[in-house]
This record gives sequence, C-alpha cells and structure tokens, in this order.
Amino acid sequence: MLRLDARPEVSGFWKYGSPWLALTLTALMGLALFAALGKDPLRGLQMFFWLPVQNMRAWGELLVKATPLLIIALGLAVAFRANVWNIGAEGQYILGAIFATGVALTASHTSSAWIVVVILAAGVLGGLLWSAITAVLRDRFNANEILVSLMLVYVAVQMLMFLVNGPWKDPQGFNFPQTPTFAQPTQVPKLIPGVRVNIGVLLAMVGVVAVWFFLFKTRAGLEHQVNGMAPAAARYAGFSSRKALWSSLLFSGGAAGLAGALEVAGPIGQLTHNFPTGYGFAAIIVAFVGRLHPIGLVFSALLMSMFYIGGEMAQSRMGLTKSLTGVFQGLLLFNLLACDTLLHYRLRWLRNPS
Amino acid sequence: MIWDTYALLVAASLNAGTVLAFAALGLLINEKAGVVNLGAEGMMLCAAMAGFACVVHTGSDGLGFVVGMLVGAGLAGIFGVLTIWLGSNQYATGLAMTLFGTGISAFVGTSYVQSTLPERTHFQVPFLSDIPWLGNALFKQHPLVYAAVLLSLAMIYFLNKTRQGLILRGIGENPDSAHALGYPVRRLRLWAVVFGGSLCGLAGAYLSVIYTPLWVEGMVAGKGWIALALTTFATWRPGRVLLGAYLFGFVTMLQFHLQGAGVDVSSEFLTMLPYLANIVVLVMISRNSDWIKLNIPASLGKPYSPSA
Repeated sequence: MLRLDARPEVSGFWKYGSPWLALTLTALMGLALFAALGKDPLRGLQMFFWLPVQNMRAWGELLVKATPLLIIALGLAVAFRANVWNIGAEGQYILGAIFATGVALTASHTSSAWIVVVILAAGVLGGLLWSAITAVLRDRFNANEILVSLMLVYVAVQMLMFLVNGPWKDPQGFNFPQTPTFAQPTQVPKLIPGVRVNIGVLLAMVGVVAVWFFLFKTRAGLEHQVNGMAPAAARYAGFSSRKALWSSLLFSGGAAGLAGALEVAGPIGQLTHNFPTGYGFAAIIVAFVGRLHPIGLVFSALLMSMFYIGGEMAQSRMGLTKSLTGVFQGLLLFNLLACDTLLHYRLRWLRNPS
Repeated sequence: MIWDTYALLVAASLNAGTVLAFAALGLLINEKAGVVNLGAEGMMLCAAMAGFACVVHTGSDGLGFVVGMLVGAGLAGIFGVLTIWLGSNQYATGLAMTLFGTGISAFVGTSYVQSTLPERTHFQVPFLSDIPWLGNALFKQHPLVYAAVLLSLAMIYFLNKTRQGLILRGIGENPDSAHALGYPVRRLRLWAVVFGGSLCGLAGAYLSVIYTPLWVEGMVAGKGWIALALTTFATWRPGRVLLGAYLFGFVTMLQFHLQGAGVDVSSEFLTMLPYLANIVVLVMISRNSDWIKLNIPASLGKPYSPSA
C-alpha cells in the first residue's frame, strides 16, 4: 500500500522537478485522450507541444498570447498572496478593453501617436473601477469577493455584447457585432516591424521586476503578504487587512484592464463580440502554476500560451475544437497540484501495512 | 388571460429553480463538511454533456440522470482526493476543475450539438393538476422537480435530527475534535464531496435532458456559480437553499417574460438580471457579518490533516 511520509523540510529537488513531472503527466494524459477519441495521438501532441515553438515566427505568436496572460497573472499573484481571491479578472480585462475602445474610437488618422498612452491609461482605469466594485462590496458589506468578482464577469460580457450590438456597432460592418477598425495612430507600437509582438512584452517584463521588487524587497510587500499567510499575526502587528484587500483588488484589476487595452488596441485593433477568450481565467492557472512568483509566472504564461496556440492548431489542422486548450490547462494544474505533494511528502510503498 | 401567463411563469421558475436547487443542495453538503468546490460549473457541464449523450444513444432519461450523477461523482472524487488527501488549495483545484470541465465537455460534445431528443410526455400529478390555475402553476412538472423538494426536506431532517448529520456538521465545524472523537474526518469529507458532486451532476443532466433539452457548449452559463452563492444566501440551510433556487429560477424566467412582453430594454441588460440580483442578495445577506459568522461552517475552505 502507498503511504505519504512527511518530509522534515521542503524537497529542493521536487521544487523544480514537480512542474516537469506535471507537464510530462499532462502530455501523457493528452496522448491517452486523443487515442481514446480515435485521433492520431502523436499528431495531437505535436499541435500542442511542438508547432507553437518550432521557429521564430511561432515564438512571436507565443509571446503575443503570453503577454496578456502574464500581465493579468502578475496582478492575481499579488492578490492571491494576500489571500484576496479575485476570480473575476476576465471581467476586469473586458472592462479595460471597453474603456480603451471608448478612447480609441475618438481617434482619427490625424491623431497623435501619444493617444496610445491615453488608451492604455483608460484600460487600467476600466479594470480598476470594475474591481473596485468588488472591493467596496467586500469592504463595506463583507460580500464574498470570489462570488462578486465572478458574477461581474457575466455582467461585463453582457455590457460588451450591448456595445458591439448597439451604440458602437460598425455601420459598414455588414451587421457583424463589432466596432469599426480603430484608426492607425491607436495601434500599440510593435517591437519589431513585421512581427505582431508589441511593447506590451516590455511592459510585462517591467511588471515582473516591479512585482518581484515589491513582494520581496519592500516592507509594504511583506506586510501585504503577511495578511495572506498569517492574518492573526498581521492584525497583531497592526498591518491593515483592508489595505491589503484594496491594493490587491485595485492592482489586479488595473493589470487586467491594461492587458485588455493592449489586446484590443494591439493584435486585434477593434472590439468584437468574441473578444473575451478566457485569458482572465487562464491567468489564474498561470498564477498557480508559476507558484505566485514573478519569475515562475513568465514560464507558466509561455506554457499556457502554448496551449492556446495548440488549441487553435488542433482546430485548424485537425478539425478538433479550440476548447482543448482548457482541457490541457486544467489537466496541467491538476497534475501540478498533485505533484506538489512531493514537496512536502515522500511516497513510500509499504509491503505489509500494519 | 394574464393569470394564465403568470401560471406559466411560476411553472417555468420552478423548473429553472430545480437545476439550481440540486446543485446548491449538493454544494451545501460539501460545505457543511468544510469543503468549498469551485468546480461546480465544470462538473455540471460534464454531467450535462454525458447525460445528454446517454439519452441520445439509449433513449432513457433515467439512465441519463444516472450517468450524469456518476460523472459528477467521479469528477468530485478527483477534486476530493486532491484537496482532502493531498492538501491542495481548494480554490485552485476547483477552478482547475471548472476550466477542465468546460474544455472537455465542449471537446467531447461537438458531435452532439446537432442532436435532438424525442418529444417528452407531459407529466402531471393526477387530480391536483386539474385545479384551475394552481394545476398549471404547480402540478405539471417533471417528477425531479418534486424530488428536489423532498431532497431538501430529507436534508433538513438528516442535518438536524440524525447522528450522521451531526457528525457531518462536526467535521465541518471542528475537524480536530471530530478526529479526537475517532471519526475518520478525511474519509467522511471525501464522501460528502462525492455526494455533492453527484447532485451537481444530476443538476447538469436535468438541465440538458429536461430543461432545455439540448446540448450547447458552455450551456450551464454560470448556474454553477449561482448555486455556490446560494449556499451563502441560505446561510447553509437546505430549506432556504430551495427557496433561493426558486427565486433565482424566477429572475431567470422573468427576463424571458419581460422580453416576451415587449419591454423596451436591450436583451443584454435583461440577461444581466440574474447575475446582478445575485450580487444584490449576496450583499444584503453578507452585510450582517455576525449572522454569517454564526452559520458558516467554521473550517470551511481549510484543509485538514490529522497531526497524529
């Protein structure tokens, strides 16, 4: 019989080994899944694990999708570390895009390129205001932030639908539920001409450093996290849990809003009814797989982006559905959570259990 | 005439509320034992998909419900082993379940999107359904609608009047004491989670087999989350869970009723109604934090490992 023995201290080997084991298990389960459904398993895995990284062009696309994931996940990691469960980043992401669109639609071909700054700021504001609703309701009325932030996702989706079907609908758009294409100056500057990667990547990297510095090098960052790790100790030390609540929600909401603005004024260039692609939810997985550590998030965002592209590849080349992305993302988190047991426990096989 | 439409509105609300009631009653049992399962949405989707597929192939609604319950129970079992035995974070694991369930149900379900189920026989309670108005409003429902009422009554009895119910509440309130008294806390929690999952599964199967009846990707559309909120609204009491479920069934139906009545509001705002109502009620209930503190199972969301 299998038994778990507690380790005296966290295993250094498994700290780095567990994600790889989880990834391997996910790939094996993927193989089994494809085989069970009568699809070519190796070709299926190729879609998810090879095509997204096969050449420079593929890496460019990988970065395009990893950027919003990383930006949202950075915010969530800060919130989760304070034990504030903002599950509604998807809604804040949508609101960021809506606010950014509000600015972008006022632009014309003669607008200054600086309008991008206003667009991004509007996005941050949108996400921030949306998460502030959750913060107020939690702070003033003690309403559970998981449920409120999540319900607000559904409300945000309907607001988006209303806008693209109503006031913002492109009159020349053949009745498609989408806004006109934004004027050229609103385009978020690209990093290298010809590749879709834009300065969002740089903002994300700045974010990684800033979050790392805040969490591990400042007193405010310490206070923030103590609220999550030991609420009683935090109260004793006089650290404000209200401050942690507000800063968590506003920061994660603002980050999600920024990601929404970067996306709508970047690779997409217009607001459409299918704008929400679940980045806000996938970012939760990114945050956990990256162990809420800024450097870890970089890797997990790339991995999750790989699964997004894999899903698209599986759809276009094998006629499968894009929703496979969610399957792989969910499986990876399951496996990681299970494998992380090895950090704290040793597996022991007992011949004759007594 | 207008009264007839109201009767139909009541009937439709009960029907819609039943989906929420089964799921929320299942989650209530989970939470009474100290476990929050944010995977409800994903489990319901998988069960809805599996139950629907089963009815397409076998033609038997009953078998569809059983398959739905088994799928829900199986997924909840995975969640339970991870959170209860391996001590993983309940929120993270539940969310992974929702993402996984949403993905896999859409993936497996693609070939069933066009399928339809045969026409159903209309159910009616003998004699009672002939009562004017009330008959149309209350007594022409699927048997599972009445089963949900019975289930909530049974749960009230189980939680308050039986020894097992007391033990279940005990492991949610104070797992250390329950362990000291010799109860296998983790095994009991696992059973509670599996039972809760099977009810979420039943809710999903009812949704796709009876309520709609069809299969569409993501068709649960937040009902799992509303069910999660319902347990808080109801301050963890089965009777109130049932009433809350009907209330939200009513709000959901109201939007169609208003649309049908030609109310001049964009449909998007009407679709928002249940979610907004959810937030409003949640705020109203939660503002009295003493009331919540008095009723919430004390160890809710906290993993338990016997230190011995």
